[in-house]
Amino acid sequence: MSDQQENMAFADDPRLKTVERAMKRLQYQPDALIEVLHTAQEAFGFLSRELLAHIALCLKLPESQVFGVATFYHFFSLRPKGEHNCIICTGTACYVKGAGEIVTRLEQEFKLKAGQTTADGRLSLGTARCLGNCSLAPMLTLDDHVYGPETAQSTLNLVRQALEEGSDEQS
Amino acid sequence: MNRAELNELAEKEQQRSDLLKLRLLVCCGTPCVAAGSYAVVNALQQYIDQHNLAAELELTGTGCLGPCSRGPLLTVIRKGEAELVYEQIKPQQAVLVLEALLAEKPVPQTNLLPADFPFFARQKRMVLAGSGRIDPESIRQYIGSGGYEALAQLLHEMTPEEVCDGVVASGLRGRGGGGFPTGLKWQLVNKGSSSRKFVVANGDEGDPGAYMDRSLMESDPHRLLEGMAIAGYATGADQGYIYVRGEYPLAAKRLQKAIRDAERHGILGSRVLDSNFSFRIDIRIGAGAFVCGEETALLASVMGRRGQPRIRPPYPAQSGLWGCPTLISNVETFANIPAIFNISPAGFAAIGSGKSRGTKVFALCGDVVNTGLIEVPMGISLREIVYEIGGGIADNGSFKAAQTGGPSGGCIPASRLDTPMDYEHLHELGSIMGSGGLIVMGDKNCMVDVARFFMEFCLDESCGKCVPCRAGTIEIYRLLTRFCNGSATATDLENLHSLCRMVSDTSLCGLGAAAPNPVLSTLRWFKEEYEAHLYERRCPAGVCNMNKLPLHLMATELLNRVNASQVAGEGF
Repeated sequence: MSDQQENMAFADDPRLKTVERAMKRLQYQPDALIEVLHTAQEAFGFLSRELLAHIALCLKLPESQVFGVATFYHFFSLRPKGEHNCIICTGTACYVKGAGEIVTRLEQEFKLKAGQTTADGRLSLGTARCLGNCSLAPMLTLDDHVYGPETAQSTLNLVRQALEEGSDEQS
Repeated sequence: MNRAELNELAEKEQQRSDLLKLRLLVCCGTPCVAAGSYAVVNALQQYIDQHNLAAELELTGTGCLGPCSRGPLLTVIRKGEAELVYEQIKPQQAVLVLEALLAEKPVPQTNLLPADFPFFARQKRMVLAGSGRIDPESIRQYIGSGGYEALAQLLHEMTPEEVCDGVVASGLRGRGGGGFPTGLKWQLVNKGSSSRKFVVANGDEGDPGAYMDRSLMESDPHRLLEGMAIAGYATGADQGYIYVRGEYPLAAKRLQKAIRDAERHGILGSRVLDSNFSFRIDIRIGAGAFVCGEETALLASVMGRRGQPRIRPPYPAQSGLWGCPTLISNVETFANIPAIFNISPAGFAAIGSGKSRGTKVFALCGDVVNTGLIEVPMGISLREIVYEIGGGIADNGSFKAAQTGGPSGGCIPASRLDTPMDYEHLHELGSIMGSGGLIVMGDKNCMVDVARFFMEFCLDESCGKCVPCRAGTIEIYRLLTRFCNGSATATDLENLHSLCRMVSDTSLCGLGAAAPNPVLSTLRWFKEEYEAHLYERRCPAGVCNMNKLPLHLMATELLNRVNASQVAGEGF
C-alpha cells in the first residue's frame, strides 16, 4: 500500500470520527490533550504514530509534545493490546500477599514478560501499581472484571478459561 | 433552587424515609461487587417486585460500608430497632432474612455481625458518614441526609473571609500527606488579586495500599462537590477541577453524574442556590503517573502537559493553573469541609489530639483479620487500630510492622504500637501520615525486601526531571538488590546511608525527597535484618533468595569449587 492509500484508509476510519467529535466538543484546546488521547485510545485500543500526528495537527501542538505526553503516562499504549487483558495488582498489600508469584507463574506459563502481549495477540499481561482494592489482595482484573483474592493457580485457571471461551466464540 | 426549596426537598425526603417500614442497604463498593453483591440486590429486587412491597420498603445499593474483606454486606434498618449487618451473604440467604423480617419472625443469625462489632463501634464516621448509607447516584438521598445545607447557609449568612476563618478555627490540615493547615491556604488564595481563581481536588491516589479517595468519590460524590463549592465561595474561585486517577473509572462516572444532577438542581453552575456565586466543576482523568499526586505536577497534567513538578515557590496558591491563584487539596480534605460547618468549626476542633484535629480515614490492609476502610479520631493508638478494629493479625501471626504513607512513608515497629496516630508522632518515627494507607505486616515479611519493593516503585515512577531522584533511586535500588541476593558488603551499607540522605536533601519535589523514607525507616527500626543479610548472608524472614556472593568472597569460592572438583576427579 502506498503512503497515500494508507492515509486515505486512515482518514476514512470510522473510529476517527469519535476522536474528531471529542476534539470539537473540547473546542480544539491544546489544554485538552490528555482527554483527547483518552478518547483516541478508547476508540482505537492504542495510539499509532499517525493518530498522534493527526491529533497534534488538530490541536495545533508540536508533534513532539503530543508524543511526549503519550509516552509519559503509563495509561497510553503505543502498541496494540491483546484480545484478553490481564492486569495483576502489585501494590504493597498485594505484594506482601504474593502477587509476585502470580506474575512469575503467568510469565512462565504464557512465555511473555509483564507489559507484553503474546505472539498470537491473544493475551496481554500487565501489572498495576495499585488498583485500590487492597482488601481483596492479591487481586487482579481480567478484561475489566475484578477478581480476588487469588493464587497463582486460580489465576492461571481464570486466564485459561477466558482464552478458551474466546476461541469457542470464534469457531 | 433556593434555600427554602432545598430545605423543603430535604424534609420531603426525610418524611418519605420515616414512613418506610424497612430499609435494606446492600454495599456495592468494588470489593463487594467482586464478591457478588449485585446478585444479592437482584434477588431482593425480584422478591420485592413479586410481592409488591416497593411502597413499604426500600432497597438501596450503597457505596462502601467499610469491612471490605467480608462482603457482600447487607444492612437492615428497622424503625425503632437496632440495625443488623450481615456479612458474606448469599442471594438466597438475603431473601430468607427479608421474609423473616416481613413476617416479624426472629431473623436468621448466620453471618450476622454482632451489634458491638468493634470494627464499627470503635470508629467515628464523619467524612464517611454517607458512605454505605446512601445511594451515591441519588442527589435526593444526599440532600435528605442534610447535604448541601452547609453550603446554603454559608452562601447567605457568611462572608468568604468568615468561611476561611472558620476553616482556620477548625484546625483542619491537608489529608493528602503534607499536613499543611488548610485554612491558611484558603486565606492565601482568598487574598490573591486575580480575576480568575481555581479550586482543584487531588484524586490522583497513587500510593499503593491506599484507596480512601476512590471510596469517597464512589460512595459519596456529592460531599466532595459540596466541599469544593464551599472552597470556591471562600476563595473567590468560579471553576473547580477534580483530577481523578485513570484507574478509577467508576469514581469518574459517579462524579460526572453527581455534577450533572447538582447542576440540574441549581446547586452548581451559575447563581448557586439563588445567590450571586457561580461555580462550575469539571473532571480531569489522570493517565497513570504517580508523580501527578505532587501538586505542581498535577496542575501541569490538568493543563494537558506532562506531569512534571516544578520548583516552588511560587506556590499554587499564588500561581497555579494558567498562572492564577489555585487552591489544591486532597479529596478527603474537601470531604471534611461540609462536616466542619455541619457541627461548627469549634466542634470539629474538639476531636483529635495535639495539633492534629478531626478524623482520618485509613485503608487498613495487609495481614489483619478485618481489612477495609476505617475512619478514626486523630491520635488513636496504632494498637487500637490493629488489634481492636482490625481484629488482630491474621493466621495467629505476630505483628512485625505497619507501613504508613506508601512509598513516601515508613514502617512503625512493634515496639511503637502505642504511638498516637497523628502528624507529629508519625513524623517523629520517621514515617508520615500520608494519604492514609495502613499496611500491616506479619513476621513473614522481610523488611529489606519491602524497602526494595518501594524503591523499585519510586525508580519506575520518577519523572526524570532532576538527577538525584532519577539516578539516585536506581542506585539505591541496586544497593538493596545486593542485600537481597547476598552480595552486599559493609561499604554498601555505608553508601546506602549517605545516598539516602543525599537524595532526600537534594531532590526537586516530594516524590524524590521522600523516596528514601522507606529505606531510612527500615534501617532505623530493623537494622538487625540488614546486618543479618550482610554479615550472615541469611534472610531472617526467609523471603530473599541469597544465592549470590560478594565480589571479595568470589575468588575464594571459585578456588574452593576448583579444589572440590579436583578431589572428585573431574576438574582441570
